[in-house]
Amino acid sequence: MDKVIYLDNNATTMVAPEVVEVMLPYFAELYGNPSSMHSFGGQGGKGVAAAREQVASLLGAEPDEIVFTSCGTESDSTAILSALYSFPEKHHIVTTRVEHPAVKNLCANIVSMTGHFHRITKLPVRPDGTIDLSLYKESLTDDTAIVSVIWANNETGVIFPVVEMAEIARSRGILFHTDGVQAVGKIPIDLSRTPVDFLSLSGHKLHASKGVGVLYVRRGTPFVPFMVGGHQEKGRRGGTENVASIVGLGKACEVAAQNLDAENSRVKELRDKLEKGILKIVPKSILNGHETERLPNTSNISFEYVEGEAILLHLNQYGICASSGSACSSGSLEPSHVLRAMGIPFTAAHGSIRFSLSVFNTEDEIDFVLEKVPPIIENLRAMSPFWKSGG
Amino acid sequence: MWNYTETVKDHFLNPRNVGEVDNPDGVGEVGSLACGDALKLTFKLNEAGRIVDARFKTFGCASAIASSSALTEMIKGISLDEAENISNEDIAEFLGGLPKEKMHCSVMGREALEAAIANYRGVPLPTAEGELVCECFGVTDVEIVRAVKESNLTTVEDVTNFTKAGGGCEKCHDRIQELILSARAVTGTEIKLERGAKRLTNIKKIKLIEEVLNREIRPALKKDGGDIELIDVDGDYVYVSLRGACVSCSASQVTLKDYVEKKLREQVLETLIVEEE
Ligand SMILES: Cc1ncc(COP(=O)(O)O)c(C=O)c1O
Repeated sequence: MDKVIYLDNNATTMVAPEVVEVMLPYFAELYGNPSSMHSFGGQGGKGVAAAREQVASLLGAEPDEIVFTSCGTESDSTAILSALYSFPEKHHIVTTRVEHPAVKNLCANIVSMTGHFHRITKLPVRPDGTIDLSLYKESLTDDTAIVSVIWANNETGVIFPVVEMAEIARSRGILFHTDGVQAVGKIPIDLSRTPVDFLSLSGHKLHASKGVGVLYVRRGTPFVPFMVGGHQEKGRRGGTENVASIVGLGKACEVAAQNLDAENSRVKELRDKLEKGILKIVPKSILNGHETERLPNTSNISFEYVEGEAILLHLNQYGICASSGSACSSGSLEPSHVLRAMGIPFTAAHGSIRFSLSVFNTEDEIDFVLEKVPPIIENLRAMSPFWKSGG
Repeated sequence: MWNYTETVKDHFLNPRNVGEVDNPDGVGEVGSLACGDALKLTFKLNEAGRIVDARFKTFGCASAIASSSALTEMIKGISLDEAENISNEDIAEFLGGLPKEKMHCSVMGREALEAAIANYRGVPLPTAEGELVCECFGVTDVEIVRAVKESNLTTVEDVTNFTKAGGGCEKCHDRIQELILSARAVTGTEIKLERGAKRLTNIKKIKLIEEVLNREIRPALKKDGGDIELIDVDGDYVYVSLRGACVSCSASQVTLKDYVEKKLREQVLETLIVEEE
């Protein structure tokens, strides 16, 4: 591949150079097991301990509230199942219709997994992807074991009022989990002031490596482990630590804290330039999701009368990487459940493209994309039996 | 990322014969915006009855565009009788093959060609008749049976890949299974068993649930002037809608849990949960 313009950072991110650098020694030199009694292994343990502090510091948490896992999906499963095991007498879960498959499909199969019956409330969203808090309040019952809501949506970037939602759950004595995989590092988070009980994050979404995640577990929250084995993570997650990745994740969190301002200024400006440019130049292009209650890096745009996969492959010719909520690109025959929950008509959902930026993008890249997108759409529309030019 | 052949990529990036023929002799339109792909094919004949020009307009993914482009190239210069013999497999072969999830794109090409020829001859389309099996994507039994025979399909998944039928709400999976069995019984080919037949597939689950609903639950509710409709099955969750007198009945939640759910758990699967949509 020659030039790559990577605008698919909600799918995964580049491992930052300074992250790679801190990871490398843990492969060939400091390969000891943190659980070993010798000081050689102890060096790995020190790396993990330092990373735990770095992660805690980004979240406004205490180091002992950080449990390292293998990915965001494991963190999500751990949190929800832990709550169900901790409260076997409760049989209700409150979640939303726009969750990542890590939560959506866990809920769909919860009975087979736990052997118990659970009622699931999937809260609807408005056409702009935001949530109605009064419906949320009404959904909570004495039978509710846990609330699990995505903090920032991976497809649209729409941000839910998690602070308020967590407070409401707390006032009802209900455990609250948030999938913060897309939110962490992109918006300010302070768990010392936000009464969430569990938060999931994933390394590869914030410039650390794939295969490492974190579950934040608030002190005092009842906890039942998902992976049972050795005494690692104070018995909360068995399995020898992925030391290099954990050390890298620690560094990535430190860098994310430094870059938070840049995310919300420079990255946001680039995103806005891209988005406003496209919406202005390309007729019948529509923004999906609330304009301001949204991650600074994400833009989900529908191009009516054209199909998303075709757009992606044309972009690919120029080395431009993005995603689509269209049916064809997902391998199913129906477009994204998130866009459908928002009531986006199929005609627009099939032609949706998600651009997601990072601090590594440049203005030149955005200019290049702005130059390439309009003719691609025009070309495909000229080929579309539904497109009448001018209308 | 799909694994497309170089020919598919070429026909997608440099499509041949885009547009519409002026004063066409035949016009074929298939698909819809909602389905995610659609194709309008137009052609012109010379005095000898050969296709001298063919053009397409397509809304869809890369393989839909490539299949349309390939089709127009294949039919230019041949007679209608020859064109009639072009199958979806021929289109896929011309392109050096298509991923199996994308075979429906070649089927769309074949269907547009048929529609255009029927339009020229002023005869109705055979596939437009017949029973509507898949409501989500508007596919009839005639189309399904034909795909099963032509492409030697054995599973519901195959049928979905080739015709899209069953790719939406999945309610018709049972009917598709029946069509596969009967079509293959006629052709006399050996019937392969559905993969993973041992675990309760969604089709099987839906079938059993509907049986219990029809046999026991619906008659009981009807006695009180109510009714029930199966909306969806997602994993263990069975979404239903209560109708008639049930709607205003204050005991409807009790009915749902203590009666409907209990019956379904007893007779279908112990883990089922019934929810109202
Ligand atoms: C919101 C959200 N949750 C969970 C995940 C899963 O994370 P992982 O890939 O680390 O399992 C993702 C990543 O795709 C995500 O975007």
